[in-house]
Amino acid sequence: MSTVATDLQKSVQDAAANLYVSALKDIPQDLRDALAAARDRETSTPGKRVLEVIHRNVSIADEQKNLVCQDTGIAVYHCNVGEHFPLHPARIYEALRDGTERATIDHPLRSNAVHTITRENTGANIGYRLPIVHWEFIPDWDGLDVKCVPKGSGSENMSFLKMCIPADGVKGIKQFVLESIVGAGGKPCPPGIVGVGIGGSADYAMHLAKEAIMRPIGTRNGDPLVAQLEDELYGLLNETGIGPMGLGGDVTVLQCHIEHADTHMTLNPVAVNYQCWAARRASAHIGPDGSIDYDREF
Amino acid sequence: MASHTVTFPITDPQEILKLRAGDEVTVQGHIIGIRDRTQIRIFDQGVPPPMDLSGAFLLHTAPNVRKLGPGKYEKICIGTTTSARMVRFTEGLGAQYGVRAICGKGGFPDEAIEPMQRLGMVYFAIVGGAAALETTQIEEIEEVLWEELMPECLWKFRVKDFGPLTVGIDAHGNSLYHDVQAAAHEKLKELYARL
Repeated sequence: MSTVATDLQKSVQDAAANLYVSALKDIPQDLRDALAAARDRETSTPGKRVLEVIHRNVSIADEQKNLVCQDTGIAVYHCNVGEHFPLHPARIYEALRDGTERATIDHPLRSNAVHTITRENTGANIGYRLPIVHWEFIPDWDGLDVKCVPKGSGSENMSFLKMCIPADGVKGIKQFVLESIVGAGGKPCPPGIVGVGIGGSADYAMHLAKEAIMRPIGTRNGDPLVAQLEDELYGLLNETGIGPMGLGGDVTVLQCHIEHADTHMTLNPVAVNYQCWAARRASAHIGPDGSIDYDREF
Repeated sequence: MASHTVTFPITDPQEILKLRAGDEVTVQGHIIGIRDRTQIRIFDQGVPPPMDLSGAFLLHTAPNVRKLGPGKYEKICIGTTTSARMVRFTEGLGAQYGVRAICGKGGFPDEAIEPMQRLGMVYFAIVGGAAALETTQIEEIEEVLWEELMPECLWKFRVKDFGPLTVGIDAHGNSLYHDVQAAAHEKLKELYARL
């Protein structure tokens, strides 16, 4: 490997280490705004108590530079890799893995990674196929965007897939999302972001649902039909009365985001991936020269 | 909905019986951190806990800590995990070991209601994810047993003004979770009819 590539790999590693810790400590402004709006809107006594505690918690995390939530999650990254970015994705992956490990040891952070059969810890939030990286490749570009989304288990455990049939239509999709969120109750730490993936295949629908929770809160799908469904589901979900932490109330979800793909004529898959209220997310842009810009959301 | 302060461990069962679902509670004294693997060891592997749990308040947790020396840890970030995974241990904790309160997030399903009523136990709902605040209410990690299960050890914490907690399930057969689910399922029928 050339010296230039080594330095660049080090930059990506630095970015990953910084993004993992900053995501855990400093929640995005769009989330802060959504939580504040939820606190203003909630009318139930337990619900107001929950949203007030969340507000106090975020302030204390800011003041003390502490983690917002103790669950340091499973490290998930999304990368947009430019066609001309001078580091191969194999090395980008290595850098993300090393950065995750370094942040976990240096801070230190709780390590959650275990072998899926033996349940023995596999290292500093890394392991076989951990961290998890979503890739997109961008033509005619020489940059790299990295987004870190540490995903807590309380909400990840509330993931659901249904292979609806075409005759179930959009109504089937809506019913499945509603029954999933009611069934999840307080377990995924509501109010959060309901990520929905529709179309594609079984595995791809869940991939899309995860992509959906990574978006800034309240952004809308570019397809007006899908955006309309996001609006409708957002309204319906907040009529269920599940409320903050499942204790009953007006605010069950902060948003509903949907990502979609075209699918087979006989398929109608719908996947739900829940993101808890602590919707941690941090992004950086890395230039071909290794410069890192942490303030650039994508 | 009343507000209470309760100091744990308790000796008087009345301290639990006075609590009603929906009440707000602040906790003082000592609480015990416990998690999946800790309870799997106690109940599935039959290893009695090396700590007195009578009258205890258990917290579903696996903290972020820094090791200072043998058996000595400093808190970094301590928060609470989802309780529902651990509901099957409720009866054993109450009947065999005298546990009187279990605190976690997300609630217990209905199968916890009957043993909690029979044994005089209560489930406290904490705000999941609010770990930065929770950490400030834990004054010290006084004891850590079963360190080999790190981070799912038995943790003894001294707390000050721990809360506010909401009584999710009381010792009188009431569960907020049951009530919210029942109402939501009724509501779903109405929502489905509108789709």
